[in-house]
Amino acid sequence: MVSLEDVYHVAKLSKIEVNEDEARKFRDEFEKILEYFNLLDEAPESEPMYHVLELINVFREDSPKICLTQNEALMNTRHKEEGYFKGPKVME
Amino acid sequence: MKISEWRSEESCYEATAKMLKRIEKSELNAYITVCKDDALKLAEKYEKRELKGKLAGIPVAVKDNITTKNIRTTCASKMLLNYLPVFDAHVVERLKQEGAIIIGKTNMDEFSMGTTTETSYFGVVKNPYDLSRVAGGSSGGSAAAVAADETVLALGTDTGGSIRCPASFCGIYGLKPTYGLVSRYGLIPYANSLEQIGPMASCIEDLALLLEVIAGKDERDSTNVGKSFKFQRSFKDFKVGVLKDMGASEEVMEKFNEVVDKLRKNFYVEEVSLQSLKFALASYYIIAMSEASSNLARYDGIRYGYTEELSGSWTEFFSKIRARGFGEEVKRRILLGSFALSAGYYGKYYLKALKVRKLITEDFKKAFGKFDVLISPTMPSLPFKIGELKDPLTMYMADVNTVPVNLAGLPALSMPIGFVKGLPVGLQVIGNYFEENTILNFAIEVEKTLDSSER
Repeated sequence: MVSLEDVYHVAKLSKIEVNEDEARKFRDEFEKILEYFNLLDEAPESEPMYHVLELINVFREDSPKICLTQNEALMNTRHKEEGYFKGPKVME
Repeated sequence: MKISEWRSEESCYEATAKMLKRIEKSELNAYITVCKDDALKLAEKYEKRELKGKLAGIPVAVKDNITTKNIRTTCASKMLLNYLPVFDAHVVERLKQEGAIIIGKTNMDEFSMGTTTETSYFGVVKNPYDLSRVAGGSSGGSAAAVAADETVLALGTDTGGSIRCPASFCGIYGLKPTYGLVSRYGLIPYANSLEQIGPMASCIEDLALLLEVIAGKDERDSTNVGKSFKFQRSFKDFKVGVLKDMGASEEVMEKFNEVVDKLRKNFYVEEVSLQSLKFALASYYIIAMSEASSNLARYDGIRYGYTEELSGSWTEFFSKIRARGFGEEVKRRILLGSFALSAGYYGKYYLKALKVRKLITEDFKKAFGKFDVLISPTMPSLPFKIGELKDPLTMYMADVNTVPVNLAGLPALSMPIGFVKGLPVGLQVIGNYFEENTILNFAIEVEKTLDSSER
């Protein structure tokens, strides 16, 4: 069972505002989808697989390279001041 | 249109202009952004012999989740409506190095989350064979553009079938390469452990050429294995496994079985069943949604993307921007992903999905001990009517034959094998790791086996 509170809880975790209509719709859909996901309970035990490639760590020289300029980094924002990003207030 | 046909045009400039006009008049909605002026400039350059490389003067369309410097890249989302990248993806650098003409950015499901392009902020891509039907997704724009001569080649991305599904629905060729063969640098991520960029084309030869161009070493993607790809023609007696667990509607199966019967005359063909496949869809969606919930956390309305006047606390602002910038399917997947990763549910959903991923991968490895290729219908049905898939779970079900391949990281092709009721049917050919050459050579044999009159 998925409750409205569950939906509000994950919406809060995801930092996405949802109104009551959306929450109700999501609740009904999630119930169906999660019920389908419960199929996995029938699957045999196994080791988890985190990645398809058996990768090993490789290292490179830590040498300076050309990267984004400050102007380029700020090109797509409206919220900037004196070469910095400007965010909403963090303290109440 | 094949590269050979494009090359036979008298003037690249005229042909490009004609193609641009076709796009302008088109009803398909395949493009989000058309690079008209730049395309014409490059075509002119080609005529002056200033454009060199394997793809010199060839139009290539790029899916709009692949970063293109100074060309708007939206992921078909309101969230990135005016996003102007300051760098090129690795694959785009490669296209430019080989002289390709980037003709535009193609329409797709929002952040690749969908099977029909109906989740695009820019509206659905229509199927070139029937405008009342979808082109498939999520790389629907790329597939429709190739099918309707609105480009010669296209790049798509495939997280759970997003190249193969629209290739099947639009009657073209689309390949999802082995995980790690093509650099994902500059691909705006949805589910990194599953997705690959791949080629889409109207014949096998062109598909192989585009893969040659985009595959290869790039140290900016830590999962790139550094292998290159070179197409080599070879002849062998293929051992073909028919995946019993991957079915389709009666009419699609009829076409598929026709092809299987013909293949039996030339090859060793046997049915094979992989027990773990029935868990693949659930495992795939849990992993994809979980990765999405983490990847899409970057959209904060501050650094780039949709924004408004700053107001309220950090959390309030963040939550408002994301509520207004993301579409419904994206929200659904982020929320479900957060749920699957949240305390109390991690073991039941996410960890369990990873365990099933292991089972599926092991089953495929076993099967490739016996077979060179595994085949199935790419899609479980003919192209859907626009609006036909009403609830989300029904839409997810449409990916049932394609997602196992991404979980295991294998390469797979969708190729056209004919029509049912005037609509294209696709064959999925799955190969072992880095066996793209085996897949392509087998596909050539399939084509030889099929009567050209029936296709």
